[in-house]
Amino acid sequence: MNIQVAERSTASMSRPESGQPVTRNTEANHELSIRVRDLNLWYGDSQALKNLNIDLYQKNVTALIGPSGCGKSTFLRCLNRMNDLIPSVRIKGLVEMDGHDVNAPKMDEVALRRRVGMVFQKPNPFPKSIYDNVVYAPRMHDLVSRKPEQDELVEKALRDAGLWEEVKDKLHQPGTSLSGGQQQRLCIARAIAVQPDVILMDEPTSALDPISTATIEDLMDRLKQKFTIITVTHNMQQAARVADYTAFFHLGEIIEYNDTRTMFSNPATKKAEDYITGRYG
Amino acid sequence: MSHSFDEISAQLRGRHRKSARLKWISMGALGLAGLFLVLFFADMLNKGLPAFQQAYVQVELEYNEDAASMGRAAMDPEVSRVVSRSFERLIPGMIRDNPDLLGTTEQRWVLTNGDVDQYLKGHRSKLSEAEREVVDELVDSGQVALKFNTTFFSRGDSKMAENAGIMAAAVGTVMTMLVTLAIAFPIGVMTAVYLEEFAPDNRLTQIIEININNLAAIPSILFGLLGLAIFINFFGVPRSSPLVGGMTLALMTLPVIIIATRTALRSVPDSIRHAAFGVGCSRWQVVRDHVLPLAMPGIMTGSIIGLAQAMGETAPLIIVGMVAFIPDVGASFTQAATVLPAQVFTWAGEPERAFVEKTAGGILVLLSILIFLNASAVILRKKFERRW
Ligand SMILES: Nc1ncnc2c1ncn2[C@@H]1O[C@H](COP(=O)(O)OP(=O)(O)OP(=O)(O)O)[C@@H](O)[C@H]1O
Ligand SMILES: [Mg+2]
Repeated sequence: MNIQVAERSTASMSRPESGQPVTRNTEANHELSIRVRDLNLWYGDSQALKNLNIDLYQKNVTALIGPSGCGKSTFLRCLNRMNDLIPSVRIKGLVEMDGHDVNAPKMDEVALRRRVGMVFQKPNPFPKSIYDNVVYAPRMHDLVSRKPEQDELVEKALRDAGLWEEVKDKLHQPGTSLSGGQQQRLCIARAIAVQPDVILMDEPTSALDPISTATIEDLMDRLKQKFTIITVTHNMQQAARVADYTAFFHLGEIIEYNDTRTMFSNPATKKAEDYITGRYG
Repeated sequence: MSHSFDEISAQLRGRHRKSARLKWISMGALGLAGLFLVLFFADMLNKGLPAFQQAYVQVELEYNEDAASMGRAAMDPEVSRVVSRSFERLIPGMIRDNPDLLGTTEQRWVLTNGDVDQYLKGHRSKLSEAEREVVDELVDSGQVALKFNTTFFSRGDSKMAENAGIMAAAVGTVMTMLVTLAIAFPIGVMTAVYLEEFAPDNRLTQIIEININNLAAIPSILFGLLGLAIFINFFGVPRSSPLVGGMTLALMTLPVIIIATRTALRSVPDSIRHAAFGVGCSRWQVVRDHVLPLAMPGIMTGSIIGLAQAMGETAPLIIVGMVAFIPDVGASFTQAATVLPAQVFTWAGEPERAFVEKTAGGILVLLSILIFLNASAVILRKKFERRW
């Protein structure tokens, strides 16, 4: 039944095959980072993701948009297996990174999460010092051991996250003492400190004021030089500003996946158009 | 239809009266509880504080040949009538241990007997008229006086009230609590960590959870029976020892620690766990590096309260034989020992008047330790209270 629906939508809305973007961002890089095929996910008996197919590209920002409850966060969590923490979840389908099936039994989810970092909707620094927040994971993964190396790494991560100038004099104060926007950048620094390939961001700016939001958007623009960024957002302007590709989700399906410019200027599907222009009911 | 303020107020008056009445009733209940508490403390202080003082007499000791066999011979016969027999009995031993004493004399403050002590404190005593006169004279000449009762805080139990002390029981309590803590804390915390952070939520873990909660509600004396059956009869742990007492109390404290730990773990927000998993922590690293440190203050408060509960427990210890006459301060975990509440229980059963104040004194010591423990639990909680 689901397959039927999928087929119908493909046919009637001329959805691109296998998540291939219709048009490509000319300046962008098109190396494949994560390949998703026929991904289905159930919470108990209710299906939250239906036959997802999408290719996510390296060193680009991909935005996931769509109405509330359509499965954006659920999909994001499939990419670093955070859904493992929810007992009722059942997954079928392929999520492939570097030629490895992420859900294969021999895939170590710890190794996966080292390569696929995550930034959450609500800033959640560890209740430790700013310094320890950044250095904790690299130390745990044995990336650094000596003190000078650690100092260097902390400074670099904080600089990359655009937070260094603000916190360099108070590295040993608790991370929780920072403002919301600073905390979120600290969480980004924490994520990039282990040099992942992909950074997942679930509405990273939804709890922030416009100025902090702008800072983080700038940051995403810079970070994509080094990392693949996949971000969820409810803010259409944000998606248009920062994303190279945009995927529109609806009721657990990807209705349209396209490069951002096309998506916003000339969406291929009526649903996406309605949603983007705010006519979604 | 709208109502005027006057109409509404008239309607509300009855309700306000009712809530005022309820408020007074509950305040009355609180006041009554407070009053009982004050009365209890006043009574204990009144009865128990005299136990911290004891009558001492200054005697001239003459270590002669006779005294080597009968201690009484070392003293002036008049004065020797007020001296505690427990001291007289020590003299031959002192001479035996240190023969150089023979032929010397010494001035010394020693314990009087219990009747003199009670007489000085204004209680009923069995002293005859003549003895009272002797005591009065000695008091006038400054040779008999009430002093701080070091015996009470340094000795074990004794059949002579003036010589009975709380020390053996206090040491017994400390050793028993060490055993309890060493067993119940790690097992309790690890059990809670497993149930809360690792175990799948299935029928089996639900049954375990319900049973742990039931365990906390079991009358404590049953734990004593369990301890007797398993530890003493089956494993052959020495009876009356701090080891068996501590193990028995550990059974009782375990559910308290498990429940407190689970509550503390549950109060750690999931966002911290997600953050830790997100940077690639294994489950155990999440628990060890992030969840446990945050839950620790809660775990410690819960454990201290559980321990305080165990410390005040007598019933299960009666069954494993820890309510015993222990004159010596214990030195090992396997020797017979007693604990503070058991000591209080023993003294409460003694017929002599002098033991009444020992009982109350013991209760005061026990209460101060419990208040100290509970206060430190509260302070810990306040100090480490977290904002996320
Ligand atoms: N832990 C869970 N257990 C059961 N169902 C869940 C769980 N999390 C999400 N769902 C369901 O899965 C569907 C998708 O949820 P998801 O959180 O992925 O949506 P979303 O697109 O991120 O929405 P939002 O924009 O509001 O964050 C919803 O119908 C939701 O009710
Ligand atoms: Mg979401």
